[in-house]
Amino acid sequence: MKRVALYAAALGFVVFAGFPFYWMLVTSFKQNRDLYVGASDLSHIPWIFNDPPTLEHVKLLLGQTDFPRWVLNTLVVVVAVAVITVAVAVPAGYSLARLVGRWGERMGMGIFFTYLIPPTLLFVPFSRLISLLGLQDSLGALILIYPTMTIPFCTWLVMGFLRSVPWEIEEQAMIDGYSRLAVILKVAPRLIVPGILTVVVFSFTLVLQEFVYALTFISSVNKMTVSLGVPIALVRGDVYHWGALMAAALFTSIPLAIIYNAFIDRFIQGFTMGAVKG
Amino acid sequence: MTLPPRRTFADREEVLGAVMLAPALAYVILLVGVPFVFAILLGFSNATAGSLSFGWAGLHNYRAILDDPIFLRALRNSVIVTVGSQVLVVILATAAAQVFRAAFHGKRFARFVLLLPWAVPVSLAAIAWTWIFDSTFSVINWTLKAVGLLHGWLYWLGDPALALLAIIIVQAWRIFPFATVIVLAGLSSIPQEIVEAAIVDGAGFWRRLLVVELPLLMPVVAVAVLFGVVYTATDLGVVYILTGGGPANTTHVLPTLAFQRGILGADLGQGAAIAVFLLPFLIVVAIGMLRLAHRTEVGGAQ
Amino acid sequence: MAGIEIRSLRKHFGDLHAVDGVDLSIRDGEFLVLLGSSGSGKTTLLRMIAGLERPTSGEIHIGDQRVDGDVPPRARGIAMVFQSYALYPHRTVFQNIAFPLEASRTPRKQIEEKVRWAAELFSITRYLDRYPRQLSGGERQRVALCRALVRDPKVFLLDEPLANLDAKLRNTARDDLKRFQRQIQTTTVYVTHDQVEAMGLGDRIVVMEHGKVRQVGTPQEVYEDPVDTFVATFVGQPPMNLLDAGDPSLPPRTLTGFRPEHFLPQSVFGAGEDLRTFRFAVRRVEYLGSDRYVYGSVAGTGAPDATIIAKLPATIALVIPEGETHDFAVPRRALRYFDATTGLRRTA
Repeated sequence: MKRVALYAAALGFVVFAGFPFYWMLVTSFKQNRDLYVGASDLSHIPWIFNDPPTLEHVKLLLGQTDFPRWVLNTLVVVVAVAVITVAVAVPAGYSLARLVGRWGERMGMGIFFTYLIPPTLLFVPFSRLISLLGLQDSLGALILIYPTMTIPFCTWLVMGFLRSVPWEIEEQAMIDGYSRLAVILKVAPRLIVPGILTVVVFSFTLVLQEFVYALTFISSVNKMTVSLGVPIALVRGDVYHWGALMAAALFTSIPLAIIYNAFIDRFIQGFTMGAVKG
Repeated sequence: MTLPPRRTFADREEVLGAVMLAPALAYVILLVGVPFVFAILLGFSNATAGSLSFGWAGLHNYRAILDDPIFLRALRNSVIVTVGSQVLVVILATAAAQVFRAAFHGKRFARFVLLLPWAVPVSLAAIAWTWIFDSTFSVINWTLKAVGLLHGWLYWLGDPALALLAIIIVQAWRIFPFATVIVLAGLSSIPQEIVEAAIVDGAGFWRRLLVVELPLLMPVVAVAVLFGVVYTATDLGVVYILTGGGPANTTHVLPTLAFQRGILGADLGQGAAIAVFLLPFLIVVAIGMLRLAHRTEVGGAQ
Repeated sequence: MAGIEIRSLRKHFGDLHAVDGVDLSIRDGEFLVLLGSSGSGKTTLLRMIAGLERPTSGEIHIGDQRVDGDVPPRARGIAMVFQSYALYPHRTVFQNIAFPLEASRTPRKQIEEKVRWAAELFSITRYLDRYPRQLSGGERQRVALCRALVRDPKVFLLDEPLANLDAKLRNTARDDLKRFQRQIQTTTVYVTHDQVEAMGLGDRIVVMEHGKVRQVGTPQEVYEDPVDTFVATFVGQPPMNLLDAGDPSLPPRTLTGFRPEHFLPQSVFGAGEDLRTFRFAVRRVEYLGSDRYVYGSVAGTGAPDATIIAKLPATIALVIPEGETHDFAVPRRALRYFDATTGLRRTA
């Protein structure tokens, strides 16, 4: 009896969490006449394919919209931001964990807290800053601003990660004759490659998900990122192309979901400040 | 006898440490700290997005928005949405954590699906829900009607109260997976021997849950709630895409109103003033997290 | 108050046979020690008695109740003390001890009385309002014992409760524990890997390895009459010396065993004693205060480089220089013989 209740509850949660995605899937491949039937018509079941599925929305998305361009823009920003974040956050995290002593922990926490300052507070001064720099309506604005979100969290991630890597290996290297700098350059990278990987993945997910700054700084359709373009620009007049829209949403969600599943434990360690052993 | 090698720059830990930390500190101070201060200052200015001017305006902006019923409504909505969705999240997450700590067939798949709402970009989830709540084609309405629970019609995004409810649902939906994972991790960090001791001591499921596990989970649940508050209170995407603040400015929350007035309306001063009202949420969160961090350092639970 | 019967008990984790066919009769009121290294199955066996693990097959009877089916721990009349003590960190000492009574819905007044009674017994009354994190290891252990005591169990189960204490504290804690058990006379099953602890505490010792029982007996039986080479070398510190003595009068493939304390310089023994003598090439002498350990090898044996240890009490003041060969001897009655292939004891 308990077993049945368990499965029922699990099913309930899965349905609640997942039905929008199923709906995305169905909408992406339904023919328009199967799709645009008023919901008050109970004789037509929207949850299933009443007509055979079609690729017309996907073709529209890939061929007649700026979606491919948005994907490209997003990738450019992702790579740039990931590079900047790794270059800045990894040494900083290492420094705070190993080199700066007791107040390193406090500083690290201070840096982490800046992650909590929301885009919806900072976008006002940022818009002024972006105008000053002449970066309005450009990917450069995003490349400049996104690291303000990734660097704090990733510095904290690297710090936490290094806390769990025993530093006897580095001490051994120093006894063996390497200078501190040489130890950092030679030995440390191999130890924190998983940490670096997590940083890259986090940057990737953050850029893909970010909406507020993109909305604030980008106005031209051909400069948009996926997260911005799909909900804002896949519309002709007042009419949303729901089929293409849902297809875009689906294609973007799947890789993200796969990545999240793989890295979930690391992220949680970061969020709970190591209070929970992953 | 040879002299020992001199301590070079490459050995000076303090210097190395500072050098490695400097870029991050620079970024944080210059691009977060300064703008943060600026954000507050702008609230006292009459700056606009058009020119690069900055004129002092004192409390003018604040007086204006506090007289503005739309702002007051937005403030109220922010509180309602944040509190409402987080209450839902806590209930859903603790229940889901109980379910997902057990082993069952298909658990991996279930876990994957459970994480989807949090993994998907906010804007894409929001547009999907807009479609789900569409006034003509809402699949929710169809389902409710088909099951016999709905007799009239629900104009989700067209009715102020329903729209707010829709926003709460979407926020709870996208955040509860994250909270569930955190609670699950917290559950697994409770030493197994303590749970077993409770079993041997004769405590049944409910007593164990309420008297032993939940109190020990408090720090973890608090973290989940704090993050949830930040994510919900400061979120712009869900409301912007679902309702745009409408119908007739009835579902604005602070971030969307700040965006509308400050960016779209180019009144940077007013936009900043509105956004400043987000600070109480954030300060509560920061204090909460500091308390928790202190507790875990001192070893509160063990 | 009850004895425990265990018949053909098995616990398999996939391919791993953690407990591999154990039969045991635990007498009512006795202090039984399960002794073994990690992986021997002793903790798994204890947990099955407690009801925290389900046996793969076999029977467990506590008193006249058969419990190996679905009988939950709380219905078995047992109390358990975990290695980490498992105190509820968010509850005071009083609330910790009271917890099992609350779970069984004992009236408030009775709870008060019982908790104070138990606290008195273990002299922790003054800690009742403190939290576990404010107590030392020894104090926490006593709280755990109190919590176990208030349930009036038929059986006490203890999982290495002294392991987390400082070495110095362990001796007094051992003494307290044994005296306490003698007083309340409840059947106790105690798990440890420390053979000194086992010898000091147990009425009987169960030596386990790889999920099987190797020997059951009093400390004296297990020490002086080991049933195989495993028990012989596991019990006793330093372990029993085993070698192929190259003795033609013995059957082939026989190991001769003698404990280090019986291996002494020949001159120490009296004239009429029946001795087996050895030429002992001394490599190193350790001075440890109350004893000297002498490490070396014995010529004319199957493995001439194997290390043999002699344990000389301080009362033997004879000088034993390193690097020289001496005449050592073992009384024949102290010799034990084992089959080299099976490890089993030969009574020959």
